[in-house]
Amino acid sequence: MFDYNFHWRPVMKSLPDLLDAAFLTLQVAVLAMVLGIIIGLCLALIRMHMKGPIRWLASCWVELARNTPALFQLFFFGFGLGAFGLHLSPYMIVLAGLTFNCAGYLAENFRGGFNAVPDTQLRASRSLGMTAWQAYTRIVIPQVFRIVYHPITNQMVWAVLMSSLGMLVGFRELSGETQFFASRTFRIFEYFAVTAVIYYVIVKLILIASRLLATRLFRY
Amino acid sequence: MEPTISFFSGFTPNDLLFLGEAALRTLWISVLSITIGTALGVLFGWVLYEGKLAATLTVAPVLDIFRSVPLIIQLVLFYNFAPIVGLNLDPFASGVVILTIYTASLVANVARGGIEAVETPMRRAARSLGMTYWQDLRYVVFPIGGRAVFPAWVGVALGVMKDSALVSVLGYVELLKASQILITRTQEPFLILTIAGAFYFALSYPISRYAASLERKWAQ
Repeated sequence: MFDYNFHWRPVMKSLPDLLDAAFLTLQVAVLAMVLGIIIGLCLALIRMHMKGPIRWLASCWVELARNTPALFQLFFFGFGLGAFGLHLSPYMIVLAGLTFNCAGYLAENFRGGFNAVPDTQLRASRSLGMTAWQAYTRIVIPQVFRIVYHPITNQMVWAVLMSSLGMLVGFRELSGETQFFASRTFRIFEYFAVTAVIYYVIVKLILIASRLLATRLFRY
Repeated sequence: MEPTISFFSGFTPNDLLFLGEAALRTLWISVLSITIGTALGVLFGWVLYEGKLAATLTVAPVLDIFRSVPLIIQLVLFYNFAPIVGLNLDPFASGVVILTIYTASLVANVARGGIEAVETPMRRAARSLGMTYWQDLRYVVFPIGGRAVFPAWVGVALGVMKDSALVSVLGYVELLKASQILITRTQEPFLILTIAGAFYFALSYPISRYAASLERKWAQ
């Protein structure tokens, strides 16, 4: 049926390297998500409460992140900054690109979450004698978190998938490592087939973990 | 001494034309895949809605794979798989095939959501007015459900438009690939990437704003 001999042995031989690379993928995605959540939260709060140039900058960030391709953003951090003599390592390019992108998307999610919590909640907690900080951390943020939990897990999956673009800026995470081995052995199909399976497993594990975590977090 | 040969030449108006052509190719491949993909996706969405158990066991996992593996891996995999089964596809055709399936897998969920958004009493009412099943779908479910998920569909379509940048890995010269070619020659990454980014932004931003305003209007 196939006019092609499949050779899986070289792939199996380099499987440990691929799995190591998979951990690098996961690491960069998790790091980008953590930074993205923090920056995204700041962006959302700035866009809701501030005026002037800071608000304008935050809006620019969000709209640029959402309306240009992720690959373009990576290239920008990779080559575009080179024009200013700023040369990042492949790892930093991917981390910066992913963080920029995730922060933009998450900011919109957070804004939706904040809008969904009625103002009266904040006022009620203030009139119970809580400080603004207490009201935010104990009343508003937990409710927002519940609303944005699902979008955050989705974004985590996207971060893992997007990190595969690292292959095009010379970062040797799972895709880059696969590309490296594939071009050494010319077993392109076999290598990428195995990589696709690894990505699928990673994504499924993230979704299962998030569901388990949700049942523990949102018991009440 | 003046160098006799210059390896790099500056950015000329001709290059703008080159970028413009590449932008048209980006548009062409996106429009083609989004159109076919949406038609397929609506069909899959209907199958998912009607097929209950059988569809959950067959179509759903397959569509899920296309959402859980990075697009770039899918593209490389398909491009190298096609010759194995005796298909001789150029980068454009491979890109369209994968982008179409990718769109379909995303639109299927949106379409199912749209059908579910039409409540059962409404459909019973349509049927009891003497409409056939297909008339019910065409004149009741399609207008009402379509309106409910139109903003989500716009989001998917814009996502695919941005993701079409990844077809460059197969060697198809779309906008981002063209900008890379120009960067190699002119050594002016910042200027060229800004032009390319501005094009994506100019296409994506107004459409996403329009969809958001429609969503607000329809929500009232």
